[in-house]
Amino acid sequence: MADGGSFDTFPKLLLRNATQFGTRPAFRHKDLGIWQTWTWAQVAAIVRAYAAGLHRLGLQPGDKIAVAGSNRPKLYWTMMAAQALQAIPVPVYSDAVAEELAFVLAHAEASFVAAQDQEQVDKVLSVCERVPHLQKILYDESRGLDGYADSRLIAIHDVIEDGRAALTADPALCGQIDEFVRQADGSDIAVILYTSGTTGASKGVMLSTRGCIDAASDTTRFDGLADHDVVFAYLPLAWVGDHYLNYVQGLVAGFCMACPESSETIEQDRREIGPTFYFAPPRGFEAMLTRLMIRMEDAAPVKRRMFNYFLDVARRYGEQVLTGKQVPLRGRLLYALGRLLVYEPLKNVLGLSRVRVAYTAGEAIGPDLFAFYRSIGLNLKQLYGQTEAFLYVTCQPDGEIYPDTVGPAAPNVDIRIAQSGEVQFRSPGMFVGYFKDQAKTAETMTFDGYVKTGDAGFFDEKTGHLKIIDRAKDVGWLADGTMVAPKYLENKLKFFPNIKEAITFGDSREFVCAMINIDPVAVANWAERNNIAYGSYQELAGHPLVYDMVAKDVAAVNHSLVKERVLAGAQIRRFLILHKELDADDGELTRTQKVRRRFIAERYAPLVTALYDGSHEADISTEVTFEDGRKGTIAARVKIRDMQATGSAESLGKAA
Amino acid sequence: MRAPDTNEILLQVEGVALAFGGVRALRDVSFNVRKGEIRAIIGPNGAGKTSMLNVINGFYHPDRGAITFKGRTRARMQPFEAARGGIARTFQNVALFKGMSALDNIMAGRTLRVRRGLLWQMLRYGPALAEEVEHRHRVEEIIDFLEIESIRKVPVGRLPYGLQKRVELGRALAMEPDLLLLDEPMAGMNLEEKEDMSRFIIDVNSHYGTTIVLIEHDMAVVMDLSDRVAVLDHGVKIADGTPDEMRENQAVIDAYLGVAH
Repeated sequence: MADGGSFDTFPKLLLRNATQFGTRPAFRHKDLGIWQTWTWAQVAAIVRAYAAGLHRLGLQPGDKIAVAGSNRPKLYWTMMAAQALQAIPVPVYSDAVAEELAFVLAHAEASFVAAQDQEQVDKVLSVCERVPHLQKILYDESRGLDGYADSRLIAIHDVIEDGRAALTADPALCGQIDEFVRQADGSDIAVILYTSGTTGASKGVMLSTRGCIDAASDTTRFDGLADHDVVFAYLPLAWVGDHYLNYVQGLVAGFCMACPESSETIEQDRREIGPTFYFAPPRGFEAMLTRLMIRMEDAAPVKRRMFNYFLDVARRYGEQVLTGKQVPLRGRLLYALGRLLVYEPLKNVLGLSRVRVAYTAGEAIGPDLFAFYRSIGLNLKQLYGQTEAFLYVTCQPDGEIYPDTVGPAAPNVDIRIAQSGEVQFRSPGMFVGYFKDQAKTAETMTFDGYVKTGDAGFFDEKTGHLKIIDRAKDVGWLADGTMVAPKYLENKLKFFPNIKEAITFGDSREFVCAMINIDPVAVANWAERNNIAYGSYQELAGHPLVYDMVAKDVAAVNHSLVKERVLAGAQIRRFLILHKELDADDGELTRTQKVRRRFIAERYAPLVTALYDGSHEADISTEVTFEDGRKGTIAARVKIRDMQATGSAESLGKAA
Repeated sequence: MRAPDTNEILLQVEGVALAFGGVRALRDVSFNVRKGEIRAIIGPNGAGKTSMLNVINGFYHPDRGAITFKGRTRARMQPFEAARGGIARTFQNVALFKGMSALDNIMAGRTLRVRRGLLWQMLRYGPALAEEVEHRHRVEEIIDFLEIESIRKVPVGRLPYGLQKRVELGRALAMEPDLLLLDEPMAGMNLEEKEDMSRFIIDVNSHYGTTIVLIEHDMAVVMDLSDRVAVLDHGVKIADGTPDEMRENQAVIDAYLGVAH
């Protein structure tokens, strides 16, 4: 079945790659301005020496070795060398503060730490008295560490050289290392990945070697990844995405991992390397597009006109061309010209020219953003996954791409929707359990062996693809039992440029209502173009024409819900536009700019009441905090607009 | 506190005087710089600090007095001779080639180390190419050291001021100097840039063992960085010693630090 085949551990895969793809590049890293390359054969030799060195330092099977730093070949080799000795690598986020680092090191009982540089070493040293098991601190870059007297410090380079020398001098050691590799089997724990801990203390997700390799074998086959592929390894080491997409898939498929020179040079390095498989979170793609648009604003008018014209062509024909559908001759010709003049040069600047498959995941991606990249010929797809699944739960197959679904179940993954609407799955890469946390493990698993994702979703009827709508605990139910997914609605609203934030209500109510924050930049721009005078944000927000405009957006959202049977009854029946911008200083948003729904419901209680009691206006007075810390109040009379629900008589009847 | 490696004197300035017409920029100034130390020269505006640096690297010729560098006393010297002798400097106002990339600017600092002639270099073949690769390697080490990989190919004119200063430091380092003269390395920088620059100065000193003479206005920086401080006022050296001694020296307080808080 799997491409991993009889190779059930990573060291065995490494040896296979060394024989099968011996002269092919395994790692690249830009160092001192030059891309350095290591072949699979070289990496296998280095890792063997490294493992011997670690063995001599006392690393035992089952020991944990934490890996802290950014993407560096030596840190990836640390994981390989540890796995060769049946020790367990525990990558940690390089930007973790000392407190978080201390927690992970202590909880994982790490006896070794491999740190990238002085910064990471300092952090480890600052918490080392809280990490009783700590024996050795390995480091990659020696800069600034010359004066350190701590006897536990040793350079990775020295460990490798020591191992190499010992291997030549001592044949018995060779045998010992080979024995470790031979002995290991797929049931061993391959790695412990700590979740980022946005929902409580971080948990150590244990993954089995066999599971990792099976999962990666499936997905490399799914996307046709092979030894000639190149990935750009720039995602955090400790994140499941990097470990899966780059490290594990790299070993399974035998492709090359390219590490950037530094975190500031990622864009140039990506351009130089030209990856063929690429992942970025939605905000990564968004930032790329924003920078691009800003640069286009500065371009000569002729170029700008050409750019806009061909982007329009791409919008009309791009998706069809990419999926190989029928396109009229004129469209094909125009698109071909556009490719020559705009799309290919554009992708080249972004370093995406050679990308065959690109993925995004992590949060909802705006349909326009998604469509933009696909229209210029980038095969961007979505996947849905989590650490407990070892990434993939669903992914979009080529040719079946929809911006609002995350695709059907990934190969060999079994998904079901629980009564509560929660998505549950069983998958080859499924985790073994949380490290030292039986209770949490039991909580996350169902009695029949499915993993609870904590996300609510449903299968789209037309396509059969999974749609993720919200965190399961945020999903509510209307009085008549229709499901309401606040975040799903809010995201749909927020994708309209005029709407900056939205908060929807509906749990245990008769129907769904929304509070909306207009985007001051976009709406002010619109007002200027339409000669609409206004004195303040408050006045603009209350303007009847602004209400009309937002009502159109809300109607569009309602319209889009009609097609989704599960949510068709949860259309927005009334909405209002808030008189002030939601602000983290007032506690309405978190510091990461997420709306705090419950807090807002309390703070604007009179408005919520008015939304549901049928009145068309409501008075509200709120306290605000100014940037300098002074407080004041804003009073306003906010208008409420009724909306017509659209759709079939059946769903209407249900919602009424 | 770092102590200088040895007490060996690298640079000795003895009774130097310099006048521009009626303006006596320096009057009988004497001080020394030990090998491996960070030596600060401070003083109010017009005290003669920059003149002193210009005398050290041969841009001005003192009317009187002698300068002994690495045991050799000299009377008149041109700046390029100073450079050859192992003295590098940065300037108060950034003096880079604005249209050239950061990399090329730092490569320019290697000029004195190039062994092959102009023709060879133009041919860019064989030994000349090998030599260029070697120089480039040294330059890349400096780029790595100063953490400016991301601006390697950017014309320096487009860089923010703080980064230009860093490139200028890189160019001076490319000469592999024994003595590095920094003329107000932190002028016009924000706090973060100052902290970065301070760290680089300390790193240069400890990693390359370069002796550093710096002029600086920011007292906090001077007191933190330097091993010894010389204070000039109206061309006269009024005090010399460790930063702690300077803080308590009444003459210094009167001339420069103002009333102690």
